[in-house]
Amino acid sequence: MNPDTFDPNFKIPAPERIGDERGSLTRLVQEMVFTVDHKRLGLMYIGSGLLFFVIAGIMAAMIRIQLAVPRNDFLEPDVFNRLFTMHGTAMVFLVGMPIIFGFANYLVPLMIGARDMAFPRLNAFGFWVFFFSGLLLYFSYLGAPGLYAAGSAPDVGWFAYSPLTAKAFSRGHSTDYWTLSLLMGGIGSLVTSINIIVTTLCLRCKGMILGRMPLFVWLFLVVAFLVIIAIPPLSACQIMLILDRYFGAKFFDTQAGGSAVLWQHFFWIFGHPEVYILILPGFAIASEVIPVFSRKPIFGYPVMVAASVMIAFISLGVWAHHMFSVGMTSIGNTFFAISTLLVAIPTGIKIFNWIGTMYGGKLRFELPMLFCIGFLFQFLIAGLTGVMLAIAPFDWQLTDSYFVVAHFHYVLIGGLLFTIFAGIYYWYPKALGKMPDFRLGLCHFILFTVGFHITFFPQHIAGFLGMPRRIYTYDTGRGWDAWNLISTIGVIFQAAGILFFVVNLIYSYIWGKKAGDDPWDAWSLEWSTTSPPPSYNFETIPEVRSRRPLWDLKHPDDPDWKYE
Amino acid sequence: MSTAAAPSTDWKLPSTRKVAVISLILTESALFTIFLVAYLFYMGKSLNPPYPAQVLEFPLLATIALLSSSITIVISERALHAGKKGAFHLWWAITIALGAYFLWFTAMEWKHLIFERDLTLATNVFGTTFYSLVGLHASHVIIGLFLLTLVLVLSLLGKVPADHTEHLEMISWYWHFVDVIWIVVVTVVYIISTRIT
Repeated sequence: MNPDTFDPNFKIPAPERIGDERGSLTRLVQEMVFTVDHKRLGLMYIGSGLLFFVIAGIMAAMIRIQLAVPRNDFLEPDVFNRLFTMHGTAMVFLVGMPIIFGFANYLVPLMIGARDMAFPRLNAFGFWVFFFSGLLLYFSYLGAPGLYAAGSAPDVGWFAYSPLTAKAFSRGHSTDYWTLSLLMGGIGSLVTSINIIVTTLCLRCKGMILGRMPLFVWLFLVVAFLVIIAIPPLSACQIMLILDRYFGAKFFDTQAGGSAVLWQHFFWIFGHPEVYILILPGFAIASEVIPVFSRKPIFGYPVMVAASVMIAFISLGVWAHHMFSVGMTSIGNTFFAISTLLVAIPTGIKIFNWIGTMYGGKLRFELPMLFCIGFLFQFLIAGLTGVMLAIAPFDWQLTDSYFVVAHFHYVLIGGLLFTIFAGIYYWYPKALGKMPDFRLGLCHFILFTVGFHITFFPQHIAGFLGMPRRIYTYDTGRGWDAWNLISTIGVIFQAAGILFFVVNLIYSYIWGKKAGDDPWDAWSLEWSTTSPPPSYNFETIPEVRSRRPLWDLKHPDDPDWKYE
Repeated sequence: MSTAAAPSTDWKLPSTRKVAVISLILTESALFTIFLVAYLFYMGKSLNPPYPAQVLEFPLLATIALLSSSITIVISERALHAGKKGAFHLWWAITIALGAYFLWFTAMEWKHLIFERDLTLATNVFGTTFYSLVGLHASHVIIGLFLLTLVLVLSLLGKVPADHTEHLEMISWYWHFVDVIWIVVVTVVYIISTRIT
């Protein structure tokens, strides 16, 4: 079934081609639709994620323009509601999830020395289900009015608290588009995660025992387990909502004995692990980039693995810290406050281990490393505001304020997006065979970092001053004006940074210098094959004897396995 | 399939199918947990009758049928391993019959509840959580029956190769999972909730 050596003369019988010439558009589309190759699907995931990122980013910019000055009328109130709903939903489900799955798809088989994912066709199915769920969500702008001439895109917020979603308050089909899109996207995430678990556990090359797997693979194994436990509650929520809206069920109907709070519990049982589903891949990328650019093996490998598993485990028991203001018992509040504070321990271990890796290393400030260093600082701030919000009385004061908005944007942009940029710059040479341009990347890094802090740091203060999230406009004289204006100015820098990023991706692809197989002098298996890798990945399946197989190959006189 | 050298014996990895089915069962369990929690949460919170104690009767025959189908599928698999094709088909068909009887029983129970006891999804929170939980389980029985029937038809047509025993084992794992879920559902719905409310 899985031959150890690849027969180069073997050809997969090609299906009938539509476009005759290689490189023609029809041919390209056909290849994308037909492909089951994990590398191509990975790039398609990341590409469509970036596409949705730009759309949802433009929505965020419109929100900021509306809030730049008091009593602004750039947007209608109902348009504003749709924008923050679509921005949040898209950033989580159509940007974060596909990009991390893209990385997993592309890199997990390469890193463990496999030829493809365990179930390639299921993999393609997962991608297309995700992609069409994204289109379905955005189609709501056109389709949702339906016959009722009411509603447009979803406007219930990304966590869609009941009873906003009840038939009486959400007429037309806007909520149904949201529901069906998430239900569909959930199926895609589930099959992809099962695929990642099976690939990791069953397709490792000879010698790649669990204790030698790259941390990247370890973290994605943990993420995949979190996905298959956390996504079903979301799917259950959506099924219940459909039953409520179309079959008269009473799950969230408070007048018939139903409970609106139950929705909050069920949603956040999904929603909080989801935060870790998104941030652990960021840790995965940092754990690959930081050692390579510090020229040292990762500090405390077993502890890093244990900390990741611990984070995943604790994350299943912290959901109600999103609900302190709902009026739980004091035992409930105390439990969830303590469990949330516990997360800080393994996370702190990780941060110290990354610093420990850098300490005494020979640092190379290439683009991936720059973004990872930014990540370390910003994620620390995000973690500290997280600890503040975990304290229930503090949360009562600041929940649903801009302090919370600032906190989770520091997590998701300062933490996740920065590591995604690091990952894209780090593996760009592997995937496309060209080096990313350093000067353009540096402009991207500086502009985006500066813009990010200008936008989101003042939101902490606006939150302290009592500015609630999701308000469409505000009166002057509350002390919020300056902070909001500064926040909006930051968007210009961020947008300029993203522009440099996009230009860099295209420029380097066309004019970048050739990368070679191993431009960063790295140690994991993906760098042992050509750039870009052939469809069969490795000519001979490698055999692994240590955590840094490529180091062993490059330094036969001083291999790692002698010391492990 | 290739004639390349067989993988060396000192490097063994788990079977992809087994890990995939275990993951699937894990994720399905998470889904059932949420609906079970919803049922438990709303127990005794219905504002209007009918209540569980008034309308639910313990589905003894259906439970026996479904649980014994887990035994018959194992007998069927053993027959296949022993190379007895006829016995395999017979026991496999009995498994399908037992599953189908369970489904028919559920259908009759629902018909009785809907038309004679006026309990629907929209009646009260008991109806909502009862039909969604039992319905979720019944939908899994339907999927299981579909897979079982597919195997029987293909096997009778001679299209199940001899080395596909692990494929069939995976279907039986899924079927056992459906049975175990039923034990939990029947305990919560027909035993606990009828005692309390």
